[in-house]
Amino acid sequence: MVTRVRTLAGRIQLRALLVVIITLALTVPAQTGDRYITLASTTSTEQSGLFAHIIPRFREATGIDVRVVAVGTGQAFSIGRRGDADALLVHDPAGEEAFVADGYGSERRDVMYNYFIIVGPRTDPADIAGVENAVDAMSRIAGTRSAFASRGDDSGTHRAELRLWGLADIQPSGSWYRELGSGMGPTLNTAAGMDAYAVADRASWASFRNRQNLVLLFEGDDVLLNKYASVPVSPRRHPHVRHELALRWHRWLLSDQGQQAIAEFRVDGQAVFFPGAD
Amino acid sequence: MVDGNPFAKALELILGLDQVLVGIVTLSLQVSLTAVLTAALLGLPIGAAVALYRFPGRALVVTVLNALMGLPPVVAGLAVYLLLSRAGPLGSWGLLFTPTAMVIAQTMLVFPIIAALSRQVVEDLWEEYREQLQSLGASRLRAIPTLLWDARFSLLTGVLAGFGRASAEVGAVLIVGGNIDGVTRVMTTAIALETSKGNLPLALGLGIVLLFLVAMVNATAFLIGEGAKRRLG
Repeated sequence: MVTRVRTLAGRIQLRALLVVIITLALTVPAQTGDRYITLASTTSTEQSGLFAHIIPRFREATGIDVRVVAVGTGQAFSIGRRGDADALLVHDPAGEEAFVADGYGSERRDVMYNYFIIVGPRTDPADIAGVENAVDAMSRIAGTRSAFASRGDDSGTHRAELRLWGLADIQPSGSWYRELGSGMGPTLNTAAGMDAYAVADRASWASFRNRQNLVLLFEGDDVLLNKYASVPVSPRRHPHVRHELALRWHRWLLSDQGQQAIAEFRVDGQAVFFPGAD
Repeated sequence: MVDGNPFAKALELILGLDQVLVGIVTLSLQVSLTAVLTAALLGLPIGAAVALYRFPGRALVVTVLNALMGLPPVVAGLAVYLLLSRAGPLGSWGLLFTPTAMVIAQTMLVFPIIAALSRQVVEDLWEEYREQLQSLGASRLRAIPTLLWDARFSLLTGVLAGFGRASAEVGAVLIVGGNIDGVTRVMTTAIALETSKGNLPLALGLGIVLLFLVAMVNATAFLIGEGAKRRLG
């Protein structure tokens, strides 16, 4: 009798488990609703919490949801080129213009800006804390062969860093120059771990929590301007994209309401993006 | 700037029953369990068939199945990405950056494990019972369900190994899911995200929660297996 009860209990358990698994399987969320767009954007905008701040406001105003895929700017262009996103919010003006010129984007508009910064170990072995401009700072890092952590991932920040080396007329190479091939956060983690300098965007830095000995050493040169632009993916190349919805997002970002939402965003009480609709 | 103890964070996360965390945990379990279920439905019979039948190229099939157990998740992710991308062959299905895409990618990772392990287990059993089964007049096709049922406890370990692979991987789901907040964010991609924000205690706390979940699934499977053995014994 006892055995039979136990057997029965065992069978019920097994059946119940199977039912749970199959129910879970059947309820895997499928495509829900049509009122959303897919936005390919950068890690800096996502990880700072900007989207968590502005997307609910946009959704409230329009009923449209925005699904953010946060990747490096280079990968965002590739996602857009393949037609896997409806709009981009990225930071590489030259790349954006090429994207539009090639017919993948319908137009490019400045949305907001901030500045790149140079961070490094508190001891500042290259002594860049008081230099005149960013190009000098980069020259000193290279001159003293101080450890430098480069994104090396074809992101907007990586492209900006390469521009700075170009302006300083330096071709960085050697054991001090470490190409990581990873996002901003992992690069800062690594720079903190090996006391290296790095070029970062202000938003990622402000929301980064594992600084250890890393401090902000240089900021405030116009050459470090970091512009973010919105580019809807053109339906001419990819007829399936949700162009109408993407345009509403694009126009909302440029509207007073969108610009104000960006201006109000704070990380630890500090503004990290400034509205800059042209 | 490391503030907070990861264990305290994990406890806080579990006890707080944070709405966002519950969503992420549910999606993780849904995606991984669905992938394992699909992979088992395909992998168990296919593994058994490869064990019993002799056909040209069989050695190659066995080698490929064994080798695919080591398929890097990021490669599986990339393959599914190219398949499901709008510019790819199945682009019109519009599945990229959805949980379904994540299930497909994880199924690709789990299938070889289940198929290869069941091939080995069933082949060993077949060696043992071949004469007996054949004297009873059972064809190879008829022998497959018998042998699978007989080997169910060993096979369960293979299925659990598959579940371990699915719930642990981040490379594939990150590429095909996109780690979209509230849509395709699962435990592993959330951990990767918090790590890159330098939010290490929270990341490790989430890791502890994930370990706990995996342990629960394994404990459930173990108890059911033990219960069944006791019934038989």
